[in-house]
Amino acid sequence: MKQMLFSVVAGLALSLGTSAAHAGSDAVVVEDAWARASIGTSRPGAAYMEIRNRGEEAVTLTGLATDLAEMPEIHRTSTDDQGVSSMAPAGDIAIAPEATVTLEPGGLHVMLMRLQRPMMEGESFSLTLVFSDGGEMKVEVPIRSISARGPED
Amino acid sequence: MRRRKFLGYAGAVTAAGGLTLLAGWWRVDGPGAPTPPGTRPLPLTKMEFKLTDHEGQTVGPETLIGKPTLAFFGFTFCPDVCPTTLSDISGWLDALGEDAERLNVVFITVDPERDTVEIMEDYVAYFHPAIRGWTGSADQIARAAEGFRATYERVPTDNGYTMNHTASVFLFDAAGDFVSTIDYHEPREFAVPKIRRAMKEETTEAT
Repeated sequence: MKQMLFSVVAGLALSLGTSAAHAGSDAVVVEDAWARASIGTSRPGAAYMEIRNRGEEAVTLTGLATDLAEMPEIHRTSTDDQGVSSMAPAGDIAIAPEATVTLEPGGLHVMLMRLQRPMMEGESFSLTLVFSDGGEMKVEVPIRSISARGPED
Repeated sequence: MRRRKFLGYAGAVTAAGGLTLLAGWWRVDGPGAPTPPGTRPLPLTKMEFKLTDHEGQTVGPETLIGKPTLAFFGFTFCPDVCPTTLSDISGWLDALGEDAERLNVVFITVDPERDTVEIMEDYVAYFHPAIRGWTGSADQIARAAEGFRATYERVPTDNGYTMNHTASVFLFDAAGDFVSTIDYHEPREFAVPKIRRAMKEETTEAT
């Protein structure tokens, strides 16, 4: 799964870096972004991606913005040794130089709360990642089926 | 050696010793390795609850006797684990092909407040057609979870509430005896043989 994710260097991910003043977050690349379709707007949506820091400085992802959801946040699902899963906001995400943070089912994920419109399979939405150095990155996230398990299965 | 010593004591102690050994075997070597001892689900024949499936039919543990069963708990407002589990199970069922028809597959909600029969009907339609959605009163859901030794808990959030819950899939044979669990996100190479084993027990007993 992981290898597949790595090997597929998606043409899906767009990285629109901001100004050259933000060297740290400018070195961030997002790959294999995808989201699951929602049923209506009452349930939260989820999105996944790989965030890779190709720079020599650590970067910290501090927030998200999208017109799709009023409250986009990164959450972490964890499953304990009794098999009980729970979910909680993950807070700031630090990405070391040359490191990749993977948002995938059952782990870190973008939680899209208070959806403003249904997430329809085949459409996409833009999500802005906000970094602690003031840099922002806009990612176009394709919406896959509600039963999708990865960016392209 | 230890066992022999126990035999010298009263019957109750012997039984306790036997149970300890059984629990130890189960935990270390047994098919229930991921399941902590003492938290094994009851046989379906020992459970008692009454729920409603996504087509409005009254169902209970007795509904599941006669075919091997995959059962798991979740809720439809869960954005990450539950659709992933449902997709994983759909994939296992696809891998089983026509044999999937010889299984009961049941998704029991831990959030009956939001997961009405209509919501469950809407939701399960997105996954493999063999998957049934069960809901009911909070009290009956609690009785079901108790039988399966599953846990769940309502957790308030900024945006309402979410549910922590047991994410494993429980496997039972056709007679309703617990066979094993499939852990959350367990790879298909492990999951499908476990299901086949539960189905084989059915065949063995039938012949």
